[in-house]
This record gives sequence, C-alpha cells and structure tokens, in this order.
Amino acid sequence: MLFLLQDGITNGAIYALLGLALVLVFAVTRVILIPQGEFVTYGALSYAVLATGKVPGTAWLAVAMGVVAFALDLFDARRSLRLTRVLRSLALNIVLPAVILALTYALAGPKTPIAVNIALSLLIVAAIGLFLYRIAFQPLAHTSVLVLLIASVGCHLALQGLGLVFFGAEGLRGPALSSAALTVGPLRFTGQSIAVYGLTIAFIVALWLFFGFTLMGKALRATAVNRLGARLVGIRTTLSGQIAFLLASVIGAISGILIVPITTLYYDTGFLIGLKGFIAAIIGGLVSYPLTAVAALIVGSVEAFSSFYASNFKEVIVFTLILPVLVLRSLAAPAVEEEKD
Amino acid sequence: MNQKLPFIIFALVMAAIPFIPGVPPFWIVLLNNIGLAALVAMGLVLLTGVGGLTSFGQAAFCGFGAYTTAVLTTAYGFSPWLTLPLSLLVSGIAAVLLGIVTVRLSGHYLPLGTIAWGIGLFYLFSKLEFLGRNDGISGIPPLSIGNFRMLDPGTIYFAIWIAVLTSALLTMNLLDSRTGRAIRALRRGHIAGEAFGVQTPRAKLLVFIYAAVLAGLSGWLYAHFQRAANPTPFGAQAGIEYLFIAVVGGAGYVWGAVLGAGIVVILKEILQSYLPYIFGGQSQLETIVFGILLVVLLQLAPTGVWPWLMARLPLKPARKLTDTSLPPATRVRAPASPATLLQIEKARKQFGGVIAVNDVSFDVQAREIVALIGPNGAGKSTTFNLITGVLTTTGGTISVLGHKVDNAPPQEVVKLGVARTFQHVKLVPDMTVLENVAIGAHLRGSSGAISSMFRLDRADEAKLLAEAARQIERVGLGDQIGQLAGSLSLGQQRIVEIARALCVDPVLLLLDEPAAGLNDRETHDLMNTIHAVRDRFDIAILLIEHNMELVMGICERILVLNFGKTIAQGTPEQVRSDPVVIEAYLGEPVEEAEL
Repeated sequence: MLFLLQDGITNGAIYALLGLALVLVFAVTRVILIPQGEFVTYGALSYAVLATGKVPGTAWLAVAMGVVAFALDLFDARRSLRLTRVLRSLALNIVLPAVILALTYALAGPKTPIAVNIALSLLIVAAIGLFLYRIAFQPLAHTSVLVLLIASVGCHLALQGLGLVFFGAEGLRGPALSSAALTVGPLRFTGQSIAVYGLTIAFIVALWLFFGFTLMGKALRATAVNRLGARLVGIRTTLSGQIAFLLASVIGAISGILIVPITTLYYDTGFLIGLKGFIAAIIGGLVSYPLTAVAALIVGSVEAFSSFYASNFKEVIVFTLILPVLVLRSLAAPAVEEEKD
Repeated sequence: MNQKLPFIIFALVMAAIPFIPGVPPFWIVLLNNIGLAALVAMGLVLLTGVGGLTSFGQAAFCGFGAYTTAVLTTAYGFSPWLTLPLSLLVSGIAAVLLGIVTVRLSGHYLPLGTIAWGIGLFYLFSKLEFLGRNDGISGIPPLSIGNFRMLDPGTIYFAIWIAVLTSALLTMNLLDSRTGRAIRALRRGHIAGEAFGVQTPRAKLLVFIYAAVLAGLSGWLYAHFQRAANPTPFGAQAGIEYLFIAVVGGAGYVWGAVLGAGIVVILKEILQSYLPYIFGGQSQLETIVFGILLVVLLQLAPTGVWPWLMARLPLKPARKLTDTSLPPATRVRAPASPATLLQIEKARKQFGGVIAVNDVSFDVQAREIVALIGPNGAGKSTTFNLITGVLTTTGGTISVLGHKVDNAPPQEVVKLGVARTFQHVKLVPDMTVLENVAIGAHLRGSSGAISSMFRLDRADEAKLLAEAARQIERVGLGDQIGQLAGSLSLGQQRIVEIARALCVDPVLLLLDEPAAGLNDRETHDLMNTIHAVRDRFDIAILLIEHNMELVMGICERILVLNFGKTIAQGTPEQVRSDPVVIEAYLGEPVEEAEL
C-alpha cells in the first residue's frame, strides 16, 4: 500500500504546484486558467525535444506571440507614441523572445547539459505565458469571469492545436534530472521524486512569503479584490496580471519538466493534468494555498489507489471527488450576495 | 402582432429549404447539426445568459438523452417515440440530482463544478459495459411515423427543426412571464427577488432542469439522426463548445442560440474542409484557428453577435400598451389587523465582535409614518434586514401582525405584507421598468413555468402587469414605463423600487433612503406620494432617511439609533430638541448626556 501512497504523493505534489498556479492566476486576474495544462506540456516537451539536440517549435511561437503583442502595444499607444514607450515594448516583446530563440539555437545540441535545457525551456514557456496574457487577456481584463473563462478555453484550444504541430502526435519522455536513489525501508525514493517534493514545498513557502510579506505580493492581492481600487492607489494592474501569468507559466513548465522523465507526455496530456490541479484548487476554494496543496495530495492519492483497484473508473472517481466537497462547501458557506458588474 | 411575424417567416424559410431544388444534401446535414447544437445552446441561454448560472456540463445531459434511447431501443426494443419522454425524464432526473448539488454554488464554483462532473460523466459513459464503452452503441432504429422511416438527413431535418422552433417559442414564452421575470432577476443576486417572494433556489433548479431537458432532447434527436451513440460528442470539449455557441450568438437571447449555432457549425465545417488544403495535412489546425477566433470575437463583441445585429437592423419592437383598467389580482393577506403592525423587542445582531443592532425595541402602529434616523453605521439598514429576514437575529423577537418573524425567510415575511426598498438599488438593469415593478407582484400571481410556456398564464399575467403599471403611474414614472431600468437616474431607480414595493399590496412599507439622489422638487413629490399612498391604502411606513426636511415633514414618530442603540424616540419636535441626538449628529459634548 505504501508504494501507492508514495505514487499518489508524487502525483499529488505536481497537482499541488498546478493548483497553486491556478489559484494565483485566478486570485489576481479572475481568469480560470484552462491553458495551464498547455504550459505543462510545452515545458515538458520543449525540454524533451531539447534533450534530443533539436530546437523546439515553441521558441518560434514565443517570437510570433511577441510580434503580435508588440503590434497590440503599438495599436493601443497609437495616440501617444513616445520613443521610450515604443522601445520598452520593443525590448520586451521582440528583443526578448528573439534573444531566447538565438540562445536556443546557439546552445541546443546533443551534449547540452540538462540544466541549460531546463533553463531554456523555462525561458521559452515564461515568454509564452507573458505574451498570452498581453494578447488574450489584457484586452478583456474588465469583463466578467465568464467571458474570461471562455477566452481561456479558446487559448487552450489554440495552444493544444499548436502543441500537435510542434511535437507531433507521438508521446515523448525526457531524461531524469538525477539518477540518484535512496532506499528507506520498503520504499525507494528516486532523485526525481525528491526533486518533486522539494520544489513543491519550496514553491508553497515562496508564494506564501511573496503574498504575505512583500509589497508586490500585496499589490497583486489588492488587484484581485478590486481592480479599480488598486489602480486608484497606483498599482499597475496590467503588471500584476503579467506577473501572475509569468509565475503560472513557469510553475506549469517546471511541473512538466518534473514529470516528463516519469511518464510519457503527449501534446494533449496537459489538459487532464491541469484539470486535476483544478480539482485541488477548487477544494482549496481558489483562495487558500496550503489547503490547495493538501487537497492536491488527496487527489493524487485517490488517483493512485483507484488506478490500482478500479483502473477503469479512475477518472470518474477523481472527477466526482469534487461533488461531496462542493456540497460541503455550499452547506458551510451559504451563498453570499454578490454585487455583479 | 409584429413579434410573431419574423418567427413565422423564419419557420417558413426553414420548412422550404429542403424543397428548393439544387440544395446539396450536405447542407441539410449541416442544418441538422445546427439545429441540434441550437437546442442545447438555447438551454444555456436561459441558464447562463439569463439566469447567470454557467454550465460546462450540458454535453453530458445530451449524453443522458442519447444513451437512454440507445439502450432502450437496441437492447429492449422500445419504440423511439416511447423513449422520447423517457430520455427527457432521465436528463431531467440527472439535472435534479446534479442541480441540487451544483446550483447552490455561487460565483466561479459553479462553472468549475460543472466542468468536473461533465468530465466525470464522460468517463463514466466511456467505461460502462452496458453503454458499449468507448465504441458506444450502434444500430439505433430511425424515427418513423407509420411506415415512413426517417432514414436520411432530409427527413429527420423536420423533426429537428420542429423541435428547435417549438423550444424557442416555449422558451420565449417562459421568459415573458411571472416565472420568467423571477429567472431574469437571478443574475443580479437573490436578495431582491426573495424580498418579493421568489423562491430563488427553486428558480435556479428550474432553469437547470429546463436546460438539461433541452440538451436531453438534442441528445435523443442526435441518437436517431446518427443512429449511433458514442461518448465523444458528450465530453468536456463538446460542453465547452455549446457554451461557446451561446456566447457567440449572444448569451442573453433565445435567437442568439440559433445564430451562434449557425456561425460555429458552419465555421468549423469551413475550417475543417479548407485549412488542410492551405496548410498541408496537419489535422488540428482548425482547433488552433477556432481557438484564436474565439478570443478575437470576445475582444470585439463580448455580448455576442445577435444584439450586435439587432442594433443594426431597423426593427424596433413596438411596446405593448398595458391595460391599466384590469382589476388588481387579489392577494391572500394575513388575517386580522391589530393596531400594532410591527413589534420589535430587544432585537440584536452581532457580526463577530461588532454589535450592529444592540437590543433595539420599537413598534409601528397601523397608518403610522415612522422614521429611523441616525449617523452612518448606526444599524438602520441592518434593522431593516432583520425585519425582512435578509439577516437572522442574534437575539430578541420581531413580530409582524402578531406573527413571529425573526429568522423567518424573506419570502415568508413578504407574505405577511411587509414590502421594502433597498439602500443600494437592486433592480434588473436590462429589464424594463414595468417588468421590474411586476416582480413586486410576484406573490399576487400564481402561474407556474409550464402554464407560462404554453401561454395559459395570460389572464393572470395581464392583471399583474396592470397592477404594476398602476403603481408606476402612482409614483409618477408613467413616461418611463417602457425604458430599461438601468437607463434611469439613480433617484428615479429608487422611485421604481417604491413602485415595486407597492405592488406587494403591503400593510407595512419599509423605505431605505428613498430620497437619496433626488433634487428638491423630486423630494417634495416623493413626500406627497408617501402621504397619498398611506391615506389611499391605509398602510404604515417605516423609513430610513438622512434628508431631515423629509423626515421632519412627514413623520409622526422618529426613532434615533447610534452605534446600534436607540438613543431617542418621540415626535419630530421632541427628537429635534433632544441633547443626546444633537450630540450624536454634531459631536458637541453635552455634560448631562449619558450613553
């Protein structure tokens, strides 16, 4: 039984990371980030492609999205085109992804160290995350959660389709981060699973510190509660959104890189992984980081046990897990009047 | 009636299309798919666009409809027509079970919850042995009438579009009724509706079931059109697509569902058939373009194509004139009319450590006009919320006409004849003044959803609207009766709230800052209206107001609250000269004052 629990906790840790990212993005931008799963696959598969010595198509996607973002910036600022503003936008949207692309071409090869490959995949996915916010969500920032949610679905569809173009229909695996292993009693801990635990804990602590104790973290939370109010006190809400997406895409890519040595990932695997992160996030009420992490461990364990005892109904069990939670939530907190738009 | 004309023309055009020579059979298949999608999207219009409940799980309800008929016709030899009510019933029961769990969820939990069970059900469909697992069930018999079997797309076309047009008609009828107004008020929160007797959870469950039954109907038609059922069309992707259709068309509009279905189905077809030629053989290109178009469309027209189109067409719906001569619908009023209407004894409300209302006691007698005044944060609106059941008390008793109402739900309080307005206006901005006010008469009508759908509610409905129109005349907004409530000034919206409260035919009217946002002349009109209403209907009025001219001018008794406590009570003259009151308002230290 213990190995099932161990398996569950390893999976759960990944769901926890994703759940945290979802909570983060929702709290700051009100976007329910369905494309989170794509960040996972993009990170994982870019890493796997880099490991074979090739340049992944995602590097080009980052450049293309940067160009669109630059065009949007120019269009938005068309009445006050100041040089510094244009240059800043140029640096962020054109130069940055171009540099990443150039670096990727320069460094990619069969003998590139794992650490460089990881750094490159993270950079690529981070740029995509940043531009995704600029292109798809920034213009919709004032609309309802529903509109944002549907835009989010649109992004998911487009990115998943692009994933097929870049990585093909075949699944990929990446090299492990470390081949070290440790045996404690009946359990064998691989370096990979220890990295999973370590990074998850590190992220939870870091996010908690960031949101609880830094000015920027507090500004992000203020944006989440009231955009207009945040703007009135001088918080740049656009910047908050960008930071949230940047963090989410990096977290997604790291999760992907952590699991791609353990399981084969396909271009569309991310969606399901992301959804399980969702279940955890919902159980955590989309606001609480520690609760989300605990919930994610439960989701991972339930999945591991049900895939052992009732593998056919694994997904059914995982996804209906949410129903009793929702019932409890709705009983515990009777609906509060919401003042909508 | 010019509302019916476009509908009839549309129905005739749809009926004629298969008979036009040269129409490729493939177009008919497309139209069938549009019809099937439109049915589901129509449910979503009601659920999401009108009711404000977002569901990603509608495809699962199609699955219930399709699999019910698939199993019953193939394994048990049922006639397809016999399975129609059963399919709808199964979808409906599934909706009740899921709805009880889901519709109570507020905000973003709801869409997320629907995604989760939507996916869960998809996997259930694809794993269950008797549903044929991933392969599904094939060999479903076609629909047939006598010996006429609807085998080809051109014949089932009629079944599908008759279903679409009938559903559209029934849905529009439902929205334009007493129940429909309750549904349309859902999106703006539940407090206002409940204050006039709307059973909000029941209304939410109703739209949830309605949408599920429409989806079940679509699934049933789909099974007999494809003559097979497998899990793929009932998965999460499909559920997302239906919501997309509703949003593209215009989530608040019944015809938006049909338009959206047309746009999306045709667009997908074009993308699927032409993109591979342009970009080579890659298969998922259409999803990329589809996804991008979705985002672009939301940025350009977030309310959907239908309202955008209507704003550009020269068709303006003529406003129906309301016949105000109809007799008012009678309301079952609580019996007996003792002299004391409202009796409050030591009412208390604590929010954590804050005591918002601290052992407040007072009463309101029949035909009396009483004011509740005090600085901001004194607990005035909280007292209103305790009386009307919006908040539960921490202690003390409140009774109306001798009935104990502390901790009774708002719907019960209004039944005793207590009507109110709100400090923060709670109208539905995209409904007309008339429709908003008619919500006040909710308890004076009795027609339910079914009778509204079949237009059996017209006599009842006419009386409600007549009563609403009369009250609007009474408060002096007759000219604005057909305007959208959201287009009125804030002061006028407050007056609309008074008209709505009067529609209850109340014994006690609670007005929360009725004069805020009114100019001098309007305030005088309001004072006259309040007097007139009291004299005409023999009702008592309890009001919260900061405008001292109004308070001193019309009130017979004044109660002053500060920090949740009653600090003074009496006639306007007594209160005006009370040193404690002066201190509370002006902050001047008065030696003798004890707090």
